[in-house]
Amino acid sequence: MESYVSMYRTMCLIRHYEDRMAEIYTEGKSPLFSIAAGPVPGEMHLAAGQEPVAVGVIAHLRPDDAVTAPHRPHHFAIAKGVDLRRMTAEIFGRSTGLSHGKGGHMHLFDPSVHFSCSGIVGAGFPPAVGAALAFQRQGRGGVAVAFAGEGAANQGTFHESLNLAALWKAPVIFVIEDNHYAISVPKAQSTAIADNSDRARSYGIPGVSLAGNDVLAISEAAAEAIARAREGNGPTLLEIETTRFYGHFQGDAEAYLGADEKAQWRQNDPIIRFRDYLLAHHLLSAEDDAAIQAEVTTVVEDAITYARQSPEPLPADSLTDVFAEV
Amino acid sequence: MPTTTARKLTMARAISEAIGQEMARDPRVLIWGEDVGVYGGIFGATQGLYQQFGGDRVMDTPISESAFIGAAIGASAEGLRPVVELMFVDFFGVAMDQIYNHLAKNHYMSGGSVRHPVVLMTAIGGGYSDAAQHSQTLYSLFAHVPGLKVVVPSNAYDAKGLMVSAIRDDNPVMYFFHKGLLGLGWMPSDDWAEVHVPEESYHIPFGQAHVVGDGRDLSIITIGAMVPKAMKARELLQHEGIAVEVVDLRTLVPLDRNTLVDTVKKTHRALIVDEDYRSFGMSGEIAAILAEEALDYLEAPIRRLALPDIPIPYSRVLEHAAIPSVNAIMQAAHAMVE
Repeated sequence: MESYVSMYRTMCLIRHYEDRMAEIYTEGKSPLFSIAAGPVPGEMHLAAGQEPVAVGVIAHLRPDDAVTAPHRPHHFAIAKGVDLRRMTAEIFGRSTGLSHGKGGHMHLFDPSVHFSCSGIVGAGFPPAVGAALAFQRQGRGGVAVAFAGEGAANQGTFHESLNLAALWKAPVIFVIEDNHYAISVPKAQSTAIADNSDRARSYGIPGVSLAGNDVLAISEAAAEAIARAREGNGPTLLEIETTRFYGHFQGDAEAYLGADEKAQWRQNDPIIRFRDYLLAHHLLSAEDDAAIQAEVTTVVEDAITYARQSPEPLPADSLTDVFAEV
Repeated sequence: MPTTTARKLTMARAISEAIGQEMARDPRVLIWGEDVGVYGGIFGATQGLYQQFGGDRVMDTPISESAFIGAAIGASAEGLRPVVELMFVDFFGVAMDQIYNHLAKNHYMSGGSVRHPVVLMTAIGGGYSDAAQHSQTLYSLFAHVPGLKVVVPSNAYDAKGLMVSAIRDDNPVMYFFHKGLLGLGWMPSDDWAEVHVPEESYHIPFGQAHVVGDGRDLSIITIGAMVPKAMKARELLQHEGIAVEVVDLRTLVPLDRNTLVDTVKKTHRALIVDEDYRSFGMSGEIAAILAEEALDYLEAPIRRLALPDIPIPYSRVLEHAAIPSVNAIMQAAHAMVE
């Protein structure tokens, strides 16, 4: 697995990326907000505050392990090692993007690191089971991880996939990222039980709930689940409580939040807590931290510059890639 | 002197033989679905495969269509070439998101970097009083969505060759076999579909319509189980001195536009016969193509004979009235040449 400092660096990279995306997304969208305007059109779902889920789990994956991610995908993509320049160019809709501008922010595909995502809630579970089946049949010791929000755990795909994976003993880990709200609906109003991890028992597989948005606790639980899958002992369900620092999408007025809910989340910032832990245990110095902040800033700005300077796709390119040529 | 006898095969046997030969040739080919194992597929399209290849490559699944069809997406992205059966096309609603938002679109949305060599096969068609949820054809629904190839064989020879092409294709292929052509002992089946099928492997390229009967007076353009019906009508009309050309499209996606235009250039009259719903489907699409590309050659308005826009009724009498019959085809043809 990755070192703690490396995990911390990835978390900082994600945070910086999401904060910069939040700024850039507003470009060209004032004085009148239009979702279609500016250099980054379309919807934008940011994952600041949710870094521990992506980093704690993916720290234990190999490049050839598969990840399926939902509509809020940046933290997972960055942790999985998706090329940041090409990912950013894709979000800008440019020809140098991962999909040459045909996918966008919710549809990032990078087969070189076995990463994909989908804009449909709960859609990533079945493909992850299928990827795990392929690894099993190929005997390559790979695992697949399906990430999705707590709202997705009420989709049929979730329950069908848990049963199928358990039946096949597929090397797959289902990770429910519980950020308390499915857009505006709180978990207690959408889910009949408190912990989705309890649902694992219905399918005869281990289920673990983790509170606290703590990257080290997540890492520990993920290590066990992933080792279990790799050793051929089948799937695990992890439910990880986390916090969403931005709205469901950029432009969300968040009228559904409690008065100081967001402030409390931000006060309990998982990156600050992890930094303090590393400093206290002398795993990181203030100078190291400054260097990391400077480095991730450079990396993010480089990716943004690359995207901004990349050409738009040609209109005629819209007609290609419907079918694979033999 | 060769002593080979022409081996006739039912369409169900031809399909399972094609899959078995591809599985023997390529270890990446697996098949899963409901009752495809020991049972051999509810319609016999996987008979003998479980016995030949075992449970690791021929897998019965739970009744969880989103999960097992979606699993084909991940499995194909990671190097397998799954053939997945879901009993009736009518059942696809429960898994449609995985098909039309993911399987069909991932190649495009990934800028061509992700491939899904997947065959989804299913039974279509009515004619045996199974009513509105077990008798549809619906191929037009899938042909409407960019990114899916659509195959509808009309006979055992085509069924084998098209299945081989489907499995070797790097794109998702919807493979529809009509229940009334399979040669099953327990439901009405058209003997026309049971033809000589070579034992050795062969493939039929997609997008090549087949002129199954020559004629100069009228073209009937059709697919699937309507092909034998059109051929029967053709034979009867021949006695009346009307020469009908019958075009079997074989695949809707890709569609062989050239053959459509060529047949109309020759006969100057086009009747489109379709077992799918009339509106917004195959018959309308072909009429539009002919209007766009062959209008000058037409000497009569294009006519369509299709399922009226109604759910398929249960009663034998009502169903017979709804699904295009040999008689209905003949009446339509008469009206066009008079």
